[in-house]
Amino acid sequence: MLKVEKIEVRYSGVPVIHDVSFHVNGGELVSIVGANGSGKTTLLKTVAGTLHPEKGSIEFENEDISRSSTVNIVRKGITYVPEERRIFGPLSVEENLKLGAYIVDDREEIEKNLDYVYGLFPILKTRRKQLGETLSGGEQQMLAIGRGLMSSPKLLMLDEPSLGLMPKLVDEMLEAVATLKGEGITILLVEQKVREALEMADRGYVLQTGRTIYKGTGEELLETDIVKKAFLGL
Amino acid sequence: MEMLLSTLISALQMGMLFALVALGLAIIFGVMNIVNFAHGEFLMVGMYTAFLTATIFSIEPLLTLPIAAMVGFLLGIASYYMLVRYLLKGPMIAQLLGTFGLMIFLRYLAMCIFGPDYETLEHGLLIGKSIKLGAVVLSYPRLGTAVLSMLAFGIIYWMMDYTRLGKALKATALDVEAAGYMGIDTERMRGLAWGLGGATVGIAGALLINFYYVFPTIGILFCMIAFATVALGGFGSIKGAFIAGLIMGMIIDLGGTYIGPQYKFALVYLTFFLVVVIRPKGLFGW
Repeated sequence: MLKVEKIEVRYSGVPVIHDVSFHVNGGELVSIVGANGSGKTTLLKTVAGTLHPEKGSIEFENEDISRSSTVNIVRKGITYVPEERRIFGPLSVEENLKLGAYIVDDREEIEKNLDYVYGLFPILKTRRKQLGETLSGGEQQMLAIGRGLMSSPKLLMLDEPSLGLMPKLVDEMLEAVATLKGEGITILLVEQKVREALEMADRGYVLQTGRTIYKGTGEELLETDIVKKAFLGL
Repeated sequence: MEMLLSTLISALQMGMLFALVALGLAIIFGVMNIVNFAHGEFLMVGMYTAFLTATIFSIEPLLTLPIAAMVGFLLGIASYYMLVRYLLKGPMIAQLLGTFGLMIFLRYLAMCIFGPDYETLEHGLLIGKSIKLGAVVLSYPRLGTAVLSMLAFGIIYWMMDYTRLGKALKATALDVEAAGYMGIDTERMRGLAWGLGGATVGIAGALLINFYYVFPTIGILFCMIAFATVALGGFGSIKGAFIAGLIMGMIIDLGGTYIGPQYKFALVYLTFFLVVVIRPKGLFGW
């Protein structure tokens, strides 16, 4: 579905990603793990079209999207749920969700997706008239994910969904991600909770200073020395 | 007592116009975080558009409102796509000086074309008419301006809150990157913000010409009032622009009447200064 090949990405002229290749098949949950500064967020932003690669190619459903604008990439069916949620604080929960369906013209589909998101995160329904900024961190993360689902994406990219949440909520959040996977949504996950991210993933990649250094199934990666030493402290 | 009542009414009327003038500045700042120094000149262009259309075609000045709105819209769009878009790629100082340059350009272009003379409209549905209610005299042009300003303001306010386009503009104003992830064409929203900013101030200009003279440098005066209004209301806040507009009307008219006309603009700048020192985000700023 998504095929990223040998991309190099610069940030203000400085290469942040040197050589990264990975792919995501339809229905898979793929996790990308790595230390802070290894280029995970840059990678997702590049797929989302905020940044463009200097070299290499990005294909989505066999179409080159490495030069496409964010708007076109969203329209093609990739949504990015950014790090630190980036919800619209002064707008209500429901307004936030409806903005997530900005590209959807069919009112029925919007209502259907709204029901789907409320079913997934019932707390959002209770708080639908509340302003986004009044929600707790966990609820804001649910809102950010819900907003990302509102356009019926083919590929959902989640950037550190557990960031800044208390441990109990981290589990809840990751369970929600597992639920989404169970429903057949294709997910590309970047996560600091390495063990959990790899345990639930079909496949994963380990990123180090802008290069993919390991790839494999979640279990395989959990057995590699670098993951054990650098991330799990074993 | 009658004087107070008259002053209050006049203050409210002017306040509504100030609010409409400030609205465009607030929209542009809200969506782009750019201060449009040429905003007063946009008003001047709106005034000349209405003045010329009404005199050349001998039509009712109020009928020039849509034309002034259209010219303002196009001026805003052109400013964005031909100038501001490029300024954004430069350093902060380029953004400041860029719209400042646009201000000078428009002002002296008008000076070139129209000369420094003051012009007024002499004929029109409202012009020169008034009605006496008890001891209070209501001037038709000011009353009409207040009502139509409020109407224009209301339409934009409604649009921002209840339409898909308004929501998209708001989202772009709140977080341009996140708005992009929603599939909102933020580049278009920015152009549109300039268009709307130009259109609303164009309407304000076409209203103002009913009771105020136009000349090439009129922008300075209204631009400063609009800056103070937007600063008081909170940069980017539409509700703030409305309430602050009314407050500005009060300050100018009450101050002018009770303290002395020579002090009225000093009071505006004093307010501006106090807001910046005491509450820099304004009354309703984000």
